[in-house]
Amino acid sequence: MLPYVIFMAIFVVLPLLLILVYAFQDGEGHFTFEYISKFFSDKDSLSTFAVSLEVAIENTFFCILIGYPAAWILANKKYNRSTVTIILFILPMWINALIRTLATAELFSMIEIPLGKGTLLYGMAYDYLPFMIYPIYNILNRMDPSYAEAAEDLGANQWQVFWKVTVPLSMPGVLSGVMMVFMPTVSTFAISEFLTNNKIKLFGTIIQENINSSTWNYGAALSLIMLIIIGITTLLSNSKEEQTEGGLI
Amino acid sequence: MTDNDVIIKIEHLSKSYGDKVVLNDINLDIKRGEFVTLLGPSGCGKTTTLRLIAGFNKADSGTIMMDGKDITDVPPYCRPLNTVFQRYALFPHLDVYDNVAFGLKLNKMPENEIRMKVKRVLKMVSMTDYEDRDVNSLSGGQQQRVAIARALVNQPKVLLLDEPLAALDLKMRKDMQIELKEMHQKLGITFIYVTHDQEEALTLSDRIVVMDEGKIQQIGTPTDIYNEPVNSFVADFIGESNILNGVMIEDRKVAFMYHEFECVDEGFGSNVPVDVVIRPEDIYIMSRTDNAQMTGVVKSCTFKGVHYEMFVETETGYELMIQDYNAYEIGSTVGLIIKPQDIQVMKKEHVCNAYEGVMKGSDHVEFLGSEFECLPCGFTDGDKVRVEVDFRKVDLMDDKEDGTTTGTVVSILYKGNHYYIKVKTECGEDIFAHTQDVWDKFDMVGIKILPQDIRIKPLAKDE
Repeated sequence: MLPYVIFMAIFVVLPLLLILVYAFQDGEGHFTFEYISKFFSDKDSLSTFAVSLEVAIENTFFCILIGYPAAWILANKKYNRSTVTIILFILPMWINALIRTLATAELFSMIEIPLGKGTLLYGMAYDYLPFMIYPIYNILNRMDPSYAEAAEDLGANQWQVFWKVTVPLSMPGVLSGVMMVFMPTVSTFAISEFLTNNKIKLFGTIIQENINSSTWNYGAALSLIMLIIIGITTLLSNSKEEQTEGGLI
Repeated sequence: MTDNDVIIKIEHLSKSYGDKVVLNDINLDIKRGEFVTLLGPSGCGKTTTLRLIAGFNKADSGTIMMDGKDITDVPPYCRPLNTVFQRYALFPHLDVYDNVAFGLKLNKMPENEIRMKVKRVLKMVSMTDYEDRDVNSLSGGQQQRVAIARALVNQPKVLLLDEPLAALDLKMRKDMQIELKEMHQKLGITFIYVTHDQEEALTLSDRIVVMDEGKIQQIGTPTDIYNEPVNSFVADFIGESNILNGVMIEDRKVAFMYHEFECVDEGFGSNVPVDVVIRPEDIYIMSRTDNAQMTGVVKSCTFKGVHYEMFVETETGYELMIQDYNAYEIGSTVGLIIKPQDIQVMKKEHVCNAYEGVMKGSDHVEFLGSEFECLPCGFTDGDKVRVEVDFRKVDLMDDKEDGTTTGTVVSILYKGNHYYIKVKTECGEDIFAHTQDVWDKFDMVGIKILPQDIRIKPLAKDE
């Protein structure tokens, strides 16, 4: 028990406290709201934040669009009987995202596609797709087949079974997937750096820039704002998820 | 029975999963408005039959006709029948009302008509005030009622029920049985009911279809099935029974327990080995022994509520189960009488184990996937022969290493003074054994047969 507490204190609680302390301090160590309010008055920061949200929403949308059918096919015994195919889909999760992103960037330069919004979304969807597929696959795979049979028995054709039973029952998995794709996308910076040459700046990018240029206090304030947003969305989705089991978290 | 009375006609239906044959040539006519129960132990094919009728699985061969139309390849959502599932399968994301209305909404029925129908069917299953409830907050019995309502609201011609009461406790199950029976009488539609509970089948059904190992063993009314089982499996599965080996001496005369009895059965031929079934309540027991057909000693006596259940060992060494309203003291000598009409004689399915084998040298023979030592008998290497082994001569042993081949015990039948055991061998063929030893179902056993007990004969012409 004790080693666990020490570990948590050093690696979880202390960094969070440091962020909190730095966010409310000026360069000389005096208490201030300056950096927090700077974010809300700075047009550049706000628009970067808006772009981040937009990219995150688009990325999540594409991940659901590609990930749900993929998960459905993987979970369907008719099309897939082997666990190897599932591992193949999940495999990219185990490779460092930076390496994959760099490789994707090289690929685009090789086939001479200019870097921009399109390549950014491509890279993001590629990086985050497994995180969407896995929780949805999990819940579809464990779903009692008698629900679909009951719907069919009551007169629903395959299409109606899918929309009226399978999709609603797999929502907890989709929600888990959204959590795991949306949140990291807001704070990412490496993908936009490599796949747009920093043409598109994301919220993560400006945090990184501030830390790099030693304006730690503003960087900490931005991090705190992001943490609060993540915290709120997690709480919201958890309260929804309480009744229905499933998902990855 | 004219064709018009038949609502579902099943012909030559077969289904296998890989190597395992689940249904083997099923033929069954179900009458309009009938309450038919498919009864059998787990793995007998009853649920598969129901799923084929519902359309959830595809048959390998055979046809299912409904109202004269071939529905074998019709998808489930186009079949005019509805199913009540074993685990209810109520949609957890919908409340009671929406669960029941699911089928009607798919049919694009006007909202006010749906409301009326849902209310009416919920009233019928006494769930009127539960419309807005979350299905997960309901008890098992209430979920079952909603599941029945959800199926009935679509006014199916046939209602399929897959062990609907299996998950309920005993008291609830009894109540629901009565309600189901009343519902069936009121609605007048056909019920096809699957269960492994023989008592439930006897209580509910107009007709029972007893199944085992993918085949129909017997079809009949509950009284027929109980009083006149066609083979030892049915006799053993339905109710309590004493099953004994006997010999039909001639018409109306059968010998068992070293005693000759008068019976009412005819047409078996003379001196034919048969199985004899006597229900425990059909043996008359009394303390006077002078007029009795047999005498015996009471070994145990248990009170069962209405009657006493006694085990009596006869003077010839057979153990009989007897039910009587009076208790007899343990250790006391009693007289026994069995009346002719209470003796049910059945044809034996097997008289001895018989296989086709191949000689390996002059003193070994291969059958059941293994090589057995036998006595030299004039056949030479490679000859195809018929191999016979008496049930008594098959030795089952605990240690699989000691046997020539191994198998799994698949059924056990007590025959008064020995057990009749069916063992499925590694190669998939069955071997039967008579033994005094007690085995359990699914025990792994070694199988040994002594060389002198293997009878080798030339192959019959038609083999």
